[in-house]
Amino acid sequence: MKKEYLKIDKIIGPLIEMSNVNDVFFGEVVDIMSSDGVIKKGKVIKIEEKKVVIQVFENTSGLSTNNSSISFTKEAFELSLSKEILGRSFDGLGRPLDQGGAIYSRNKLNINGRPINPVARKYPRDFIQTGISSIDALMTLIRGQKLPIFSGNGMTHNELAAQIVRQAKLGEGSSEDFAIVFAAIGVKHDDADFFKKSLMEANAMDRVVMFINYANDPIAERINTPRCALTVAEYLAFEEDMQILVVMSDITSYCEAIREVSSAKEEVPSRKGFPGYLYSDLASLYERAGMLKDKPGSITFLPILTMPNDDITHPIPDLTGYITEGQIVLGRELFQNNIYPPVNILPSLSRLMKDGIGEGYTRSDHPDVANQLFSSYSKVQEIRSLAQIIGEDDLSEVDRSYMKFGRVFEDEFISQGFHENRDINQTIDLAWKILRILPKDELDRINPDLIDVHYELKNDGE
Amino acid sequence: MRKNGIINMINGPVIRGKNMANFKMREMVMVGSKKLIGEVIILDGDVGTIQVYEETEGLKLGEEVISTEKPLSVKLGPGMMGNMFDGIQRPLVEINKINKDFIPEGIGLLSINQEKLWEVTITVEVGDILSEGQIFGYVQETSLIKHWLLVPPNKSGTVSSIATNKNYNIEDVLVILEGENKQEQLKMYHEWPVRVPRPVKERKEIEKPLITGQRVLDIFFPLAKGGTCAIPGGFGTGKTMTQHQLAKWSDADIIIYIGCGERGNEMTEVLEDFPKLIDPKSNKPLMERTILIANTSNMPVAAREASIYTGITMAEYYRDMGYDVAIMADSTSRWAEALREISGRLEEMPAEEGYPAYLSSRVAEFYERAGSVESLNGKEGSVTIIGAVSPAGGDFSEPVTENTKRYVNVFLALDKELAYSRHYPAINWLDSYSGYIKVLEQWYEVNLADDSIKLRNKMLELLNNENKLQEIVMLVGEDVLPDDQRLVLEIAKLIKIGFLQQNAFNSQDTFVPLKKQYRMLWIIDYLYEKCRKLLVLNVPISQIKNQSIFDEIIKMKYTVLNDDLSKIDEIQAKINEYYDELEKKYLV
Repeated sequence: MKKEYLKIDKIIGPLIEMSNVNDVFFGEVVDIMSSDGVIKKGKVIKIEEKKVVIQVFENTSGLSTNNSSISFTKEAFELSLSKEILGRSFDGLGRPLDQGGAIYSRNKLNINGRPINPVARKYPRDFIQTGISSIDALMTLIRGQKLPIFSGNGMTHNELAAQIVRQAKLGEGSSEDFAIVFAAIGVKHDDADFFKKSLMEANAMDRVVMFINYANDPIAERINTPRCALTVAEYLAFEEDMQILVVMSDITSYCEAIREVSSAKEEVPSRKGFPGYLYSDLASLYERAGMLKDKPGSITFLPILTMPNDDITHPIPDLTGYITEGQIVLGRELFQNNIYPPVNILPSLSRLMKDGIGEGYTRSDHPDVANQLFSSYSKVQEIRSLAQIIGEDDLSEVDRSYMKFGRVFEDEFISQGFHENRDINQTIDLAWKILRILPKDELDRINPDLIDVHYELKNDGE
Repeated sequence: MRKNGIINMINGPVIRGKNMANFKMREMVMVGSKKLIGEVIILDGDVGTIQVYEETEGLKLGEEVISTEKPLSVKLGPGMMGNMFDGIQRPLVEINKINKDFIPEGIGLLSINQEKLWEVTITVEVGDILSEGQIFGYVQETSLIKHWLLVPPNKSGTVSSIATNKNYNIEDVLVILEGENKQEQLKMYHEWPVRVPRPVKERKEIEKPLITGQRVLDIFFPLAKGGTCAIPGGFGTGKTMTQHQLAKWSDADIIIYIGCGERGNEMTEVLEDFPKLIDPKSNKPLMERTILIANTSNMPVAAREASIYTGITMAEYYRDMGYDVAIMADSTSRWAEALREISGRLEEMPAEEGYPAYLSSRVAEFYERAGSVESLNGKEGSVTIIGAVSPAGGDFSEPVTENTKRYVNVFLALDKELAYSRHYPAINWLDSYSGYIKVLEQWYEVNLADDSIKLRNKMLELLNNENKLQEIVMLVGEDVLPDDQRLVLEIAKLIKIGFLQQNAFNSQDTFVPLKKQYRMLWIIDYLYEKCRKLLVLNVPISQIKNQSIFDEIIKMKYTVLNDDLSKIDEIQAKINEYYDELEKKYLV
């Protein structure tokens, strides 16, 4: 017999406070029924003497202090999981949004997950070809990696993510099963529709699990959305041995939801009003990506976040960058110059690429070429700022070749069509073609033997 | 028998219990029916506040808090070397056996292996008088590390019996001491509270460098055995990479690597790499001298706070055996954030950016546990602390970096711009400093070359000079500078690309012996002086800059072998040939 409580002491934003409650545990799920019969879900987030604080996942409007009945479910927040989940869409609490009905299974997992033991992890080394030159060559995505896209408002991050989802070869060269878990966290309806549409175009709908929390949905539900998505990902990867790509948009909305709840809890804020535990909280999401030694499955994680005011030092991108294994940064200037995808390569980085490229993985000249492109393109920036002062005509001949290199690199290498899929050989050959614009002795990051093989091709190759 | 406490508040990793009047501050406790491990951090009347080292979901009011009657401690004994622990010294391999792949809560206190048999050699005899910290035997822990067995501090007496067999586990009694009024049993291990520094006979002056094989460090900003060092840098600037390089190649006897709130995959990388890497001195796998402590960012935050202390306590223990221990903490910012997180849950009054007011004193206490010492048994050892700092937004004026800067002597500023242009290690030579130049000067004179520090200063000055010139170049271009200034730019480029940049993935370049480092800088200086001499003769810079010689110098990190420096003499001969010829031409 479940006990029902009829008295709420206090309702502030998404939080309600109650007193004289017995036998509650920390993290317990609560059903709150308002007078009109609607059941809302909540979770115990603080217990003090006889006082309990509950975070309601849904809108608290309509609740009043004495017309609601509250019952404690004696359960933590869990999802029922079976393979039937593929192809389905849910809201941020795991309730079906489509006509498919609830998932029934004896296999229930707590959405908070548990930390992966570092000794059980397998170090990720398998290259995933995304077909996007800038990413494949310069910030190579590795299976099991967490690589966020740092974008800004209005930029083409959704298109880029959709293109990666469409082109990424997760299970190449084997019969391995792959699936995509997509979590929309506080996104606009049209953004969510865009993703649905592009997944449908890619004929991938039966391999997709979607969790959608729209921008006008309750913020407390938003905090649960990524956890539900990652729990499904963990289940599919580590119990069903599948290769999983998790795409999440937008982490910024998630963090803002955390801040809103934190301020309702009257917690001490740290930077920009975000709570001090934002780092740990984000880590509890991002670190769920990875591979295990004794399991063939993997979770590759591609979160998208919009940097407020394009500021990479804002707490959200900053803390994210400290946890994830690199970042793909989109640049406003490239975007304004109509370059798609506007990947600003200099601040972008893939920490795992060093062990996943080169001989035996991609191509033996890949590491040196990548290094050279970074170094030369960073020189282009210096020369551009010099050219702004003294004019392009007064530059030395070498400097002018850098200016040309910069232009061609942006127009032909970084820029590519939304439906253009370049394999790694095409990408690296293209890189060589562009590097040939520079004089040979400017290529100081490439092993001379490789230069001998590839640089001279110009004469007979074209 | 003490009464158990009763939980009356739960807020994330912080819980409160009543009936706790008899509990002690900093005591380790077991919380709830799952027996989660926690530590008492505030006592107020009979109400105690506890930080819990495991996930608290599922706890209820009214569950018990059980006293263990001892402070948060680690077991110090054989079995630590080559192992990987979480923040409170629980072996992760054992945890993985209990629950595959994921870390559960409520597994209780595990520590070093209690069953493994060690071959023990007792070095004392019946009748010997032992005082605290003295050696009574040893165990060969790994092929690299002889583990001296120490009488625990605060125990002493006359040996009344010793064990006679050879093989024991750590729980067996090896020696019995008759103290003044009680008997003491000595085992292979003893426990020590992590927050208390281990006693020493005396602190010694710092006089030896910690050689790392990294040019920018050994020549420009040397670390010292027993010293302190901070490596701050925004994300992507190579903190972890630098820490890994130091862990791999520095000439400490023992490395303790603390992954404090960092990425799980990075610890996995260390676990996969280190057993394969061979220590250049001993030709044994590096893992045989390494202890890993991993409390990754998604593991409970309170254990992250403790991990730093667990690591430093282990370091002090090996120091007391006479080893030079280097401890890498990656990253201390995560530790400071753990302090902030817990402080916030305690509703303490925050100081800067939400950090508690005691941040500064905690940072100081930690770094002050470094030092070169004579231990209680007369052996000399040292603890070097190398702490990574992850400043928010890459801004060095934030509280953790600021407070760290006050207590460390070497500051290696990692620079975003350098990292973006893939200049690694991205250590900015203008913002970094080493406070050990003066004390190490003599060591360098005796062990390297008379002029090594002088050369270093000269080259650093040149780099400074170049930085100022670059500002002008940014405005008007390089061509308008007079030739002597253009030469400075050219030579600085050589230093930057040929000397400061070091390729961690190249087998020749990842570790460079000190002698080669010095000769490399020396030959750059030699070239510089040759060129300068010609400038006086009005030789144009286009003639002076001989591309093939300059190229050869840039490539010398790969072409000059680490154990055969004769190639440098060849370069010198080429320099002489070309510039003497040039000189002759212009003298006429």
